[in-house]
Amino acid sequence: MLKEFTKGLIKENPVFIIVLGLCPALGVSTKVINSLGMGAGVIFVLLGSNIFVSLLKDFIPEKVRIPAYIVIIASFVTIVEMVMEAFIPALYDSLGVFVPLIVVNCIILGRAEAFANKNTIQASILDALGMGIGFTLALILIALVREVFGLGTITLFPIGSFSGVIEVPGLVDSPVRVFGLAAGALLVMGFLKALFTWIEDIRRVKQ
Amino acid sequence: MSYIGIIITFVFINNFILTQFLGLCPFIGVSKDVESAVGMGFAVTFVMAMASIASWAIYHYVLVPLDIVFLQTISFILVIAALVQLVELVIQKISPALYKALGIFLPLITTNCAVLGIAIINVRNDYNALESFIAGIAAGLGFLLAILLMSTIRVKLDLEWIPKSFRGIPIAFVTGGLMALAFMAFDNALLNNLLG
Repeated sequence: MLKEFTKGLIKENPVFIIVLGLCPALGVSTKVINSLGMGAGVIFVLLGSNIFVSLLKDFIPEKVRIPAYIVIIASFVTIVEMVMEAFIPALYDSLGVFVPLIVVNCIILGRAEAFANKNTIQASILDALGMGIGFTLALILIALVREVFGLGTITLFPIGSFSGVIEVPGLVDSPVRVFGLAAGALLVMGFLKALFTWIEDIRRVKQ
Repeated sequence: MSYIGIIITFVFINNFILTQFLGLCPFIGVSKDVESAVGMGFAVTFVMAMASIASWAIYHYVLVPLDIVFLQTISFILVIAALVQLVELVIQKISPALYKALGIFLPLITTNCAVLGIAIINVRNDYNALESFIAGIAAGLGFLLAILLMSTIRVKLDLEWIPKSFRGIPIAFVTGGLMALAFMAFDNALLNNLLG
């Protein structure tokens, strides 16, 4: 049972191994905080849609299942949109168009179609958590590389006297700006994917 | 903004793939050969133009008068899903040749970020019906341009030696990154110089 949870973290990581959900992964990963916010939104929607699809799998007719899944997913995305806009408007603004676009994140529809409509609720919850956390970890990794090199900072939540921004000495005065731009995102993604392929190859040879 | 301004903005300056990261999945997935890349590009352009008009009408004639703008995401995605089905049926009936060329790409388009993206961006930019339509076509053509360039480069890449870990998807991303660098040449200064 626990395998359903851990598989999404690394072995079947949605971004680096299955290569789904690329648009938000690259679009919001300019700062670590944006990745955390996006990740939280996706985990919530994925959890909600997996639970509901798994509950309703015997009632949804085979032919209209995809539109039915889309309505379920869109409802949860609307909840995320409204909550984010009301409580964390700054994050909502910096994520921009990518918050409503969680609807078309292929990971969520993919898990509904490939997992939740065949499995029990418990398994679907674990699957959603694993995939969601795997997605968030991937986003944080991309954002760490891009923010440290592109801005020379690491932006987290402000807690108490801590402003939430860690400055990296040496890079903060003269950052490599291209990492923060569109081109940098695609290059970073290419090199990280190559790294994961390389690690995967080494592991396969060892076995 | 003038219509020419909108076209230049969406094709070059805010190219959907290379600067906005909308529609990356087909950009990486369907760019292995030129023919299917062009098919995908035209199918996306067509659906984006239709979706711009349809979402504009839904927003201004249904959501705003009834004061249910919070249902925007749900209604737009349903309109797009229905539209894609409709387009598929109509093309199949009217032009079997076109259907053969575009048919396999149409179901994939529902979950293409670019289509829902243009609908939402139109609303956020407060475009009128004609501006939305032109923005839809222009963004689609920008998508077509990027995916066409990418596919021609990938055909050439097939003949080159590439380090083992970079084969396939990673090298496609690196290529996309270099293309995005080239597209950085198009910025708002271009617009100001052209239109004054």
